[in-house]
Amino acid sequence: MATTLQRGINTLLGQIDAPVATFFSSCVHCGLCADACLFYTETKDPKYTPIRKLEPLRRLWQQEYTFWGKLMKKVGLSKPVTDDDLAAWEPLVYDSCTLCGRCSLVCPVGNDIVYMVRKMREGMVASGHAPEGLKGATQRAIELGSPMGVNLNTLKAQIKHAEKETGLTVPLDVEGADYMLVLSSAEIAEYNDIIGAVTRIFKQANVSWTLASDGFEGTNSGIQIGSSDLAAELVGRIVHAAERLKVKYVISPECGHAFTALRWEGPNLIGRPYPFKVLHIIELLDQLRSEGRLKTASVDQTRMTFHDPCQMVRRGGVIEQPRNLLKQVAPNFVEMPDAGVQNWCCGGGGGVSANHRAEPVRIKVFSRKKAQLDAVDVKTIVTSCSNCRSMLLDGLEHNHMDDIEVIGLTELVAEHLADEQKGSAA
Amino acid sequence: MKEHETLGQRLQEQGISRRSFLKFCAAMATMMALPPGSAQAIAAALVQAKRPSVIWLSFQECTGCTESLTRSHSPTLESLIFDMISLDYHHTLQAASGFGAEQAREEAMQAFYGKYLLLVDGSIPLNDGGVYSTIAGRTNLDLLQEAAKGAAAIVAVGSCAAFGGLPNAQPNPTGAVAVSDIVKDKPIINISGCPPIPAVITGVLAHYLTFGALPALDALGRPKAFYGETIHDRCYRRPMYEQGKFAKTFDDEGARNGWCLYELGCKGPTTHNACATTKWNGGAGFPIEAGHGCIGCSEPKFWDAGSFYAPLPAPAADVSSVAKAAAVIGAGAAVAVSAMDRAKRQQAQRTREKLTIADLKGE
Amino acid sequence: MDQEMLLWVRGTGLQIAAAVFVIGMAYRMLHLLLLGRRQSLAEARGSEWSGGLRTMLRRSFVLPRLSARGKFTVIAGYLFHLGFFITFFFLSQHIDLLRAVLGVHWPALPRGVIDMTAVLSIAAMIALLVHRFIDPVKRMLSDYQDYLTWLLSFLPLLTGFMLLREIGFQYVTLLTLHILSVELLLIVAPFTKLAHMFSTFIARWYNGAVNGFKGIEA
Repeated sequence: MATTLQRGINTLLGQIDAPVATFFSSCVHCGLCADACLFYTETKDPKYTPIRKLEPLRRLWQQEYTFWGKLMKKVGLSKPVTDDDLAAWEPLVYDSCTLCGRCSLVCPVGNDIVYMVRKMREGMVASGHAPEGLKGATQRAIELGSPMGVNLNTLKAQIKHAEKETGLTVPLDVEGADYMLVLSSAEIAEYNDIIGAVTRIFKQANVSWTLASDGFEGTNSGIQIGSSDLAAELVGRIVHAAERLKVKYVISPECGHAFTALRWEGPNLIGRPYPFKVLHIIELLDQLRSEGRLKTASVDQTRMTFHDPCQMVRRGGVIEQPRNLLKQVAPNFVEMPDAGVQNWCCGGGGGVSANHRAEPVRIKVFSRKKAQLDAVDVKTIVTSCSNCRSMLLDGLEHNHMDDIEVIGLTELVAEHLADEQKGSAA
Repeated sequence: MKEHETLGQRLQEQGISRRSFLKFCAAMATMMALPPGSAQAIAAALVQAKRPSVIWLSFQECTGCTESLTRSHSPTLESLIFDMISLDYHHTLQAASGFGAEQAREEAMQAFYGKYLLLVDGSIPLNDGGVYSTIAGRTNLDLLQEAAKGAAAIVAVGSCAAFGGLPNAQPNPTGAVAVSDIVKDKPIINISGCPPIPAVITGVLAHYLTFGALPALDALGRPKAFYGETIHDRCYRRPMYEQGKFAKTFDDEGARNGWCLYELGCKGPTTHNACATTKWNGGAGFPIEAGHGCIGCSEPKFWDAGSFYAPLPAPAADVSSVAKAAAVIGAGAAVAVSAMDRAKRQQAQRTREKLTIADLKGE
Repeated sequence: MDQEMLLWVRGTGLQIAAAVFVIGMAYRMLHLLLLGRRQSLAEARGSEWSGGLRTMLRRSFVLPRLSARGKFTVIAGYLFHLGFFITFFFLSQHIDLLRAVLGVHWPALPRGVIDMTAVLSIAAMIALLVHRFIDPVKRMLSDYQDYLTWLLSFLPLLTGFMLLREIGFQYVTLLTLHILSVELLLIVAPFTKLAHMFSTFIARWYNGAVNGFKGIEA
């Protein structure tokens, strides 16, 4: 079945609900959303105004679901949404939006703009208008199991490496474990110290856990490209694995959209509630800390700050937990301006990092993060999303700030664990 | 019919001093805001004035206008002026009655054809052939049309004659209309008010006698000298309005302290008349001074303009019921249309094909 | 004629305006609510209602960092809205109207205060109009509706101010124009972005509900 304009429009018609109708009815064209979006603030180009990114959806809503719009359509006075419109809007919807959700925070009439962008992408992808890079990533995710092409063998290799490093066993496919950990491709491929770190932490805290050979990848390109069908397939693998292993909890990794997909969208994608609970890895670590099961013995004196991954903090609700952990291991932790729920996006989330066409604008808007960093003057940035990590490194490099280190929070905590059980082997 | 004496001759006969007469003329000039020196002109003209014939036709009226006029409180001069205008026909005031009265009227109209002044009070009913008000078997309409033909000018005294008045109020069962709705080819002055202030009537007549022409009129045909300003613009309680000091009920603290009666229904802001300056009962006072809001009696349709006790901002029609009915209609329409829209959406969702990788690849 | 016109706008005109406004707004609000929203099957971390109510109120006051143009929009917007509300709800004559229609009343503010709020509101409106022309974002977003609703919102303020001071025309004429301008505003409102006077609270609820569900205080 080919992707067509009609298919796209049909999809969008099905996406319009009470919130969408309310938001479009309420928009007073104040333009404040532009002030919240780093793609506008760093380029001053009004075409990036968030609500404007939804213009085709708005026209469709007006023509199909409002009295006046239906009347205008009947007398032939309305402009139908065309394929050219969707093509023209593709870069606005995908290149200059990371689904960070800052616009939804600022709108004075209360419009949840990111909610609508997510819905608009459903129609865009069904009409064939999605970025090539993102299509490729999604394809690889569905067919190979990971957008980066990481597979079970890669995982097994990293497991072996971690076991050697820590002298501990990394459980795989252990039925009846309490927690099933999910990872992200970027962690397995690049930031793989996470595996060893988690193993050591869980050993100390006496957590019963496992990885799953058929459900270890949490990155969800389906969400990013905006296809519920593909997103459901990807999330379904994790759910299937968790049910197979009969775990009580599934841990979402240090990856932004993995959390959104697994924790918040997942049950709606597969059409039923989970028989297990979902926790972000940082949520779990903080819980262990508060229970006294996560013991650290040393601290890192470096002046460091925390970059809030949008999907974890503003969109995910895991706000205080990373700070609690940082306060334990980093006495010189300082908050950057606008820290917390109002923090600024790294510029590469929501599919933008997989979209090569978006690279120039992504690099350009890093100036916002740079301004925040300049204000705190740190040596290290800590974060909890491997995509943010990559984007931060990329941005720092482009701005000749590579003397600033970027590290993951879980690894930082693990580095300072109280030495209860140094690896028995080598 | 014998020649009428001049006003000067009559005054002399009555023993009115020149000084009193000049005082009257000065008062008239002042009231009509005429330039200095007009008092002399008025005096000179009036002294010479031959008493013009005046025919007073009373139609659908309550006689209040006549009552008002005859209650004028400078009795000597004004009733003399009244005498001085040879009132040749007036139901209430004339001695004659029956055929004799009608004959007197017809003779005067004939003798002074084209020169007599026609005063009318009361509205003219048109429904059912005009049967609701007849005199000597003739309808008001008929009488008016006939009398208007030979009149030099017509003065519509009171709101009924000027605008239709009380009979004209909804539902207007008699089909009552104003003089100006019937007569289109003669100069008409509307001296509105329910009733009008006596001095306004006499002032207009004095002007006519002096200058032989009607004074400057506003868009509703009322003399600007008396109707050019609103009660509100000259009301002594205006400062209270500006300060927001409003009486809330009759005889409350504010009312007793002379606060503004806006909230008790005063229509002063939209009513043009001389009550606030000329006042009533020889300057004793006017309604607001007595503690009752202006009812707007010199304006058209004042009987239909909502309650006398509801303030100007209050709607002059039932808005609450309309709003309630509208809410039900709107809600009902929403239920119906949203059901259709939900069905449209369900259809779109049902016919949506699942997206596959093949689709993305463009196969 | 003036009196008859005034009588019409105070009577039939008001009925028509009320009917169109109430039908329009009732229809619009109920229609969009009835489009419905799927309940999330995910595990809630907090309450939708507490989040919804919270944002309904707080969104008027709590906003992230804004640029100069954003701050201007917020401040001018506040001045306009507050001026409009205070002028409408606390001028003695308006309270008379509401008491006649709704049966409730409250103390009025002194005329001097209302004079100020009216002037501030008018000034803010003019400033906002100018900004809408010169700000690139607003210019890109604006259509004829924005200018029409501006005019229809401006006229009641202007004519009301003129009426209180009897500027330029007779009281009867000014009162007629003022009521007429309000009726025009009421009739057009449901078909434009002015629907936000009600839908804002629904939108804020939906927005806050999502956060409340996730346990985020925003």
